[in-house]
Amino acid sequence: MTDMILKCSALSKTYGRKQALQGLDLELAPGRIVGLLGPNGSGKTTLLKLINGLLTPTSGTIRIDGLPPGKETKAIVSYLPERTYLDDGMKVREAINFFRDFYSDFDSTRAAEMLHSLDIDDNARLRTLSKGTREKVQLILVMSRSARLYCLDEPIAGVDPAARDYILRTIINNYDPQATILISTHLIADIEQILDEVIFIRDGRLIMQRTVDDIRAQDGKSVDTLFREVFKC
Amino acid sequence: MPWDFAPDRPIYLQLIEHIQQKIISGEYQPGDRLPSVRELAAQAAVNPNTMQKALAELERGGLVYSQRTSGRFITDDALLLQNLRRRTAVRHVNDFLQNMQTLGFSPEDAADLLAEHIRADRPQLPGPDTPNEGVMQID
Repeated sequence: MTDMILKCSALSKTYGRKQALQGLDLELAPGRIVGLLGPNGSGKTTLLKLINGLLTPTSGTIRIDGLPPGKETKAIVSYLPERTYLDDGMKVREAINFFRDFYSDFDSTRAAEMLHSLDIDDNARLRTLSKGTREKVQLILVMSRSARLYCLDEPIAGVDPAARDYILRTIINNYDPQATILISTHLIADIEQILDEVIFIRDGRLIMQRTVDDIRAQDGKSVDTLFREVFKC
Repeated sequence: MPWDFAPDRPIYLQLIEHIQQKIISGEYQPGDRLPSVRELAAQAAVNPNTMQKALAELERGGLVYSQRTSGRFITDDALLLQNLRRRTAVRHVNDFLQNMQTLGFSPEDAADLLAEHIRADRPQLPGPDTPNEGVMQID
């Protein structure tokens, strides 16, 4: 049995009266690309923030490669937040240098190559870029690290379909077979084919964790279709 | 371009068929070296683990073999390739018959219609100076 890269036990997070996560149990093995799927407000972003130590659990535990979220785990977890935290007065090149200084596993050459193939000028200020291009820059930064666990919160929401294909290919190309990528998204049909497995959460609880091919073989339907059925309004 | 996948069947099975199709059509020639798992996965825009699984299946069936250091190759076993073509053709025939059945045609009626269609089409088959793409016309 391989060691789990992520282990959440009875994980709960409460904001005032609102229960964002309610006793979530979850284990992720290394070397998997995992879709984190659930309707709005189901707790996806809360889970990703807890993994990255931006929030602390109300109760329950999180272990990343056996460790609680902290300095050591930040060195092995690469996180793409929902919203950018970079100063938009920064130039693309400065953002690259910023990441290089911060993370010892950052590969500047890889980042430069990706920027080049997406025709992004590294001399441009982030403020002057379109929303989609800024998202691409942010994803390039995050994927240029050699992390053990990547947490991508809605990585493809703001970009056009052609760039989406490129981004998916970027994820595949840069993916270290030992690493695990956890992707939260609503655009299931677009990423279904790059996923090994999917996690469905609702009201802060895990309701399903299955492999994509298992869903297709046993239920004879795509993850997208299954999602629409499970979360039918 | 990412490859297209039907929503209702496992992706690795569709990858197997896709690669078999490339072998039958001659895009991959007997003895050709296949791109790496990662390259193929990127081409198809699929998970590398899924591509790995598809290639392992193809290897088990003997259509693809791997050489420890130099990668994976398409078999040059002519009999195996002939069988693959035959099996694929049978699958298409089965699909055809099944589709015809949903329209209310028995296999015999479907065969009659097909024969009739081929006969009716024959005068339109290209002469020596007709461009070649005429052959592909179906309706």
